[in-house]
Amino acid sequence: MQCQRCNKQPATIHLTEIVQNEKHERHLCEECAREEGIAIKANINLQDILSGMVQAHETAGKEANLTCPDCGITYAEFRNQGRLGCPHDYEVFAEPLAEVLERVHGAAEHRGKWPSQVGADLANQRQMMQLRRQLQVAVEGEQYEEAARLRDLIKAKEAPGETR
Amino acid sequence: MKLDDLIISPSRWLRPEGPQSDIVLSTRVRLARNVAGRPFLSRLKPDEQRDLEDNLRTSIFAALPHENLGWFEIDELSEVDRRCLIERHLISRELAAGQGPRGVAIDASQHIAIMANEEDHLRLQVILSGLQLDEAWREADAIDNHLGKYITFTFSPKLGYLTACPTNVGTGMRASIMLHLPALVLTRQIEKVFRAVARMRLAVRGLYGEGTQATGDFYQISNQSSLGRSEEDVLKNLGAVIPQIIDYEKQAREVLVAESPIALDDKVYRAWGLLASARTISSEETLMLLSAVRLGIHLGRLTHVDMATINELFLLTGPGHLQKIRGAELSEAERDIARAEYIRKRLGSH
Repeated sequence: MQCQRCNKQPATIHLTEIVQNEKHERHLCEECAREEGIAIKANINLQDILSGMVQAHETAGKEANLTCPDCGITYAEFRNQGRLGCPHDYEVFAEPLAEVLERVHGAAEHRGKWPSQVGADLANQRQMMQLRRQLQVAVEGEQYEEAARLRDLIKAKEAPGETR
Repeated sequence: MKLDDLIISPSRWLRPEGPQSDIVLSTRVRLARNVAGRPFLSRLKPDEQRDLEDNLRTSIFAALPHENLGWFEIDELSEVDRRCLIERHLISRELAAGQGPRGVAIDASQHIAIMANEEDHLRLQVILSGLQLDEAWREADAIDNHLGKYITFTFSPKLGYLTACPTNVGTGMRASIMLHLPALVLTRQIEKVFRAVARMRLAVRGLYGEGTQATGDFYQISNQSSLGRSEEDVLKNLGAVIPQIIDYEKQAREVLVAESPIALDDKVYRAWGLLASARTISSEETLMLLSAVRLGIHLGRLTHVDMATINELFLLTGPGHLQKIRGAELSEAERDIARAEYIRKRLGSH
């Protein structure tokens, strides 16, 4: 069935309206339904929010170039993929993300459960990630002594957390 | 544990045993977690991803020694087996289609599934029959606590559990209820439900989650936000809304029986007739017809078939399971024939 409004898209929204005791059926595609202000999709779509924000922001250009020193992802890449590269991104992109979080969750702060044992704090967690990255570079560069040193360091730091 | 053993036995959550299981098919709680000191999945190199998976698998088995878990490496599974796991809601489409080392731990009764290297490092879920929000949360919470003794999760006091996608940050929790709402669809009131649900920061999805259309009159309702409220508050909110939707559905069913019993019976028995006699049938048509039959059983209009069989057919007529039952890869046309045969056999007709 075609959309009764644009006659192009298939109708996926089927409405029954009762006007002065008379039943009217309408069949619309999603786009036309949205244009008519009929709320169909309750679901929040992150991509929609992210792309909507680009237009809304004058500072968007500056934000796009924000780069995480740890994982190397830029805010522009995040905006395209909708996925962050590492936990540190939440700090690097804190400003633009605050608005995203507000729109998605209507909130800015965690009020739920804490891990049963909060091991290393965030700074420590970040250092671990940097060490692992350095280890990766050392292995790729065949610097085996450096790799061994880093591996020992990571093991020693891992003590209470990670996998035992 | 072998995958074939799992697939032979129907998932426990599918049995119509839980509270309100005439309308609520299942309750699912999933938690997203990431391991501290590592980048998120998209930034992991293949050998880092392998190392992480090894660590996760070891930790999962060490943390949960009594759960009778089996481990399945996604890349070692056939296409058909992956589809079966998706149809059982034990893995996500994303995990099935992903890349690199990734796997899932599943318990023998198939109500626990822990995915490693999905969008987040860990996605653990508990799925139960009927409406059991508190029970599902309690169990997921306990599993999370056990895992937390072996794995340090990345956590910020301000933002909670940090996740690859900001839509999951905070509790990392998504609680979803799968509802069967045929009468609200038939009486064209389902839109009202959507509008009411949207106002409460809840999301409506189809049978197989994100991006899927509602099929067979099944709708999944879940919390939209994971930040700013405790897990208990989110569950309380859902727990308040779902019974209202159940009531609406029940009222709509009563209206159907009272006002259009012939039309109702016609729909139910035509559906039955088609299922019992078709020689080739698509998966979509099957879902639609099974939905009408399920409604008929619940309203006592159809008494010679039980709900458990119909629930099972929803699962076993899926493309993955059909091919598994046949033990062969089938084209779509072949599947439609095999599906019709299998349904006739299960319904005792020829």
